[in-house]
Amino acid sequence: MSIRDMIRRLQLSMPIVCAALIGFAGTAAAEGALGEARPWQMYYQDAFSPVMKEIHEFHALLLVIITGIVLLVLGILAYIIVRFNSRRNPVPSKTAHNTLLEVAWTIVPVIILVVIAIPSLKLLYNSGRTPAYDMTLKVTGHQWYWSYNYPDHGDITFDSIPIPEADLKPGQPRLLSVDNPVVVPVGATVQVLVNSDDVIHNWAVPSLGLKKDATPGRLNETWFRADVPGVFYGMCSELCGVNHYFMPIEVHALSKTDFDAWVTKAKEQFASNSRSPVNMATSGAIAAR
Amino acid sequence: MAYGAAAAHDEHEHHPTGWKRWVYSTNHKDIGTMYIVLSMIAALVGGLMSWYIRLELADPGLQFIHDTQFYNVLVTAHGFIMVFFVVMPAMIGGFGNWFVPLMIGAPDMAFPRMNNISFWLTAAGFVLLILSALVGDGPGTGWTVYPPLSSIAYHPGPSVDFGILALHVAGAGSILGAINFIVTIFNMRAPGMTMHRMPLFVWSILVTAFLLLLALPVLAGALTMLLTDRNFGTHFYEVAGGGDPLLWQHLFWFFGHPEVYIIILPAFGIISQIVSTFSKKPIFGYLGMAYAMMAIGVVGFVVWAHHMFTTGIGVNTRAYFTVATLIIAVPTGIKIFSWLATMWGGSIDFKAPMLYAMGFIWLFVLGGVTGVVLANAGIDLSFHDTYYVVAHFHYVMAIAAIFAMFGAWYYWIGKMSGRQYPEGLAKLQFWVFFVGVNVLFFPQHFLGLAGMPRRIPDYPDVYAGWNMVSSIGAAITMVGTLMFFYVVFHTLMAGKKAAANPWGAGATTLEWTVPSPAPFHTHEEMPVIGGGGHAHGGHGQVKPAE
Ligand SMILES: [Cu+2]
Repeated sequence: MSIRDMIRRLQLSMPIVCAALIGFAGTAAAEGALGEARPWQMYYQDAFSPVMKEIHEFHALLLVIITGIVLLVLGILAYIIVRFNSRRNPVPSKTAHNTLLEVAWTIVPVIILVVIAIPSLKLLYNSGRTPAYDMTLKVTGHQWYWSYNYPDHGDITFDSIPIPEADLKPGQPRLLSVDNPVVVPVGATVQVLVNSDDVIHNWAVPSLGLKKDATPGRLNETWFRADVPGVFYGMCSELCGVNHYFMPIEVHALSKTDFDAWVTKAKEQFASNSRSPVNMATSGAIAAR
Repeated sequence: MAYGAAAAHDEHEHHPTGWKRWVYSTNHKDIGTMYIVLSMIAALVGGLMSWYIRLELADPGLQFIHDTQFYNVLVTAHGFIMVFFVVMPAMIGGFGNWFVPLMIGAPDMAFPRMNNISFWLTAAGFVLLILSALVGDGPGTGWTVYPPLSSIAYHPGPSVDFGILALHVAGAGSILGAINFIVTIFNMRAPGMTMHRMPLFVWSILVTAFLLLLALPVLAGALTMLLTDRNFGTHFYEVAGGGDPLLWQHLFWFFGHPEVYIIILPAFGIISQIVSTFSKKPIFGYLGMAYAMMAIGVVGFVVWAHHMFTTGIGVNTRAYFTVATLIIAVPTGIKIFSWLATMWGGSIDFKAPMLYAMGFIWLFVLGGVTGVVLANAGIDLSFHDTYYVVAHFHYVMAIAAIFAMFGAWYYWIGKMSGRQYPEGLAKLQFWVFFVGVNVLFFPQHFLGLAGMPRRIPDYPDVYAGWNMVSSIGAAITMVGTLMFFYVVFHTLMAGKKAAANPWGAGATTLEWTVPSPAPFHTHEEMPVIGGGGHAHGGHGQVKPAE
């Protein structure tokens, strides 16, 4: 890409930057929600699952706290630079102790940490414990693609192969699109069992609040619920070899009727596929929740 | 001792000359100098790797690196070199060797020959690490070397084995160095230099030495198991043979988390010396500062699994590691506020070392607060393995450590070389470097929030904007780095002669009582340390009318 192209692209994206900066939530495209970053994005992708929504809320609290701390330190530094430089203050004080102050800056951080820890642990237990679920999705990582299995829907099994740049259709983002996306029904709570066939991978979809290691010999569990119909992208999030950068995850959330239609079609389309590529029953116990 | 030996001793420093002076050196200053030179060479190698990485990442697509294994090798080698062969040698081996004996009034380290072998093991480790990147396909495992990716099945060829041996050898050198520092600090302090009067830099090296002594053997054990898994058919990490890849992660991070404090604690010590000197005030809350470092060291050993929140460890385990990690914010907060309180009421000269100390505080606070965010297992799943983590650890540990090293270099170069650096040029170098690293790393928070994974040579096009900004920051940082090397060259060639104490009344520690450059042998007669009328008011001050 030439420099001129680059500059043009930067210019094209400026309105999007401005939109992002004023908090424009331009997500409800005609086909549904889009779980993907925008150019010049400075914050989280929009949240489309209960866990990601709770992460947004918690992060909003954290952002206020950490910005406050940074500004406080910055303010003190600025005051020190202005007030206590050697010209303005030629004779240094000899104060080297102040018990009250020292106790204060030990106790106050403890209080702040308690304020953080309570919603933190709430989020942790909400995201880390799967509620009653409607269906199970088995995810297996391979060098370098994912495969999926639907044990509750006639054992549909298929590979999800990344689409090389040359074969992309219009609207398919580079490094994020696959030939066979994962399909789930909107509003269904999905139990996800993650495993790997070779090295450690990580199944991650930012806008759904998903990230779980796919480790050989371990059956890791997580869960999600897509609240709206849409397309949600993710990338492998654990270094897994030469094509680690090109191991996308694409999740489609469809309405119940569309999902049922997909199941019927998928049963035919993937009928020749064997059972789940990794025998889940023998590959280790479900990791303790 | 023969009659007249002392007189002869005064006339010439009886040490070998030429290459023998350095290769056979048992002198803490010469060995310290060699560590600093090694660190500078390694910094150029590791720095060039990171600039090549940023060049590739400036724009989406694969422009410069088409072999993505090579990209992974760059990422791996950059991490290893910067941690093991830049920061550790400079801080502990370099400034630690130079100034711990000077500051406590000891004539040298306790075990001078062991000091020599420590250095040469580190140098040999560096050579092995470079070889690991050059033989075969190189280690494309990341510095975390997680099996099974690092196993013989996925990394055949000798690269990973070279890397393992590099860390073994350098680790052995560091363990010997740690023992040397502990023995020196416990046994060789001058009369009156009680533990509670030691300069905070000495405290920081003491705590660091204990961390090294306890953490490195765990790494050595884990590496040995990986080596036998790869070469002798054991199955410590092999699922097929009943092993568990997670065992490696637990062992690695049991070492790896204390390792980040091994990197940053000496920086704490350096910053304390600089802030106190240029504020012309004793450090505020000295005891709190010393014990905060100890607390950080102790708690640092029980938080390792916060690097493993997405591995599938249980939710109660994650709750524990969340809370334990958050607790570390308390002693680190004490450090920050004590530095600010030391400056408060001071009469501050904003010379280059002080600029770097204040820059350090900014970087460390910013990287520290994102650390508080990452400590929470619940929110970590949105940040794990993204650029948010890259921004966090570069701010809090990597660049902060580099700032402390630059600060230390400017602070002590007069003492080490006898020549003072050019102040104007040094301040300019600070500003270029400061702007560079912030433009480089601040946008990476945005990339991480938006979901961009780390350790990838190519990324979806939506991330192009901030990656370009980040790469521009890398270019500015490169200019700042080259300026530093020019300042080094200029100082050594044409620097003004440095006074014994170029900093004036604020510089109260013992190294400023000996001439500049520090003679080959110092403190041959024990200095006597006074308390300055307060139990721990004047730390390491020489008693006035001696
Ligand atoms: Cu992968």
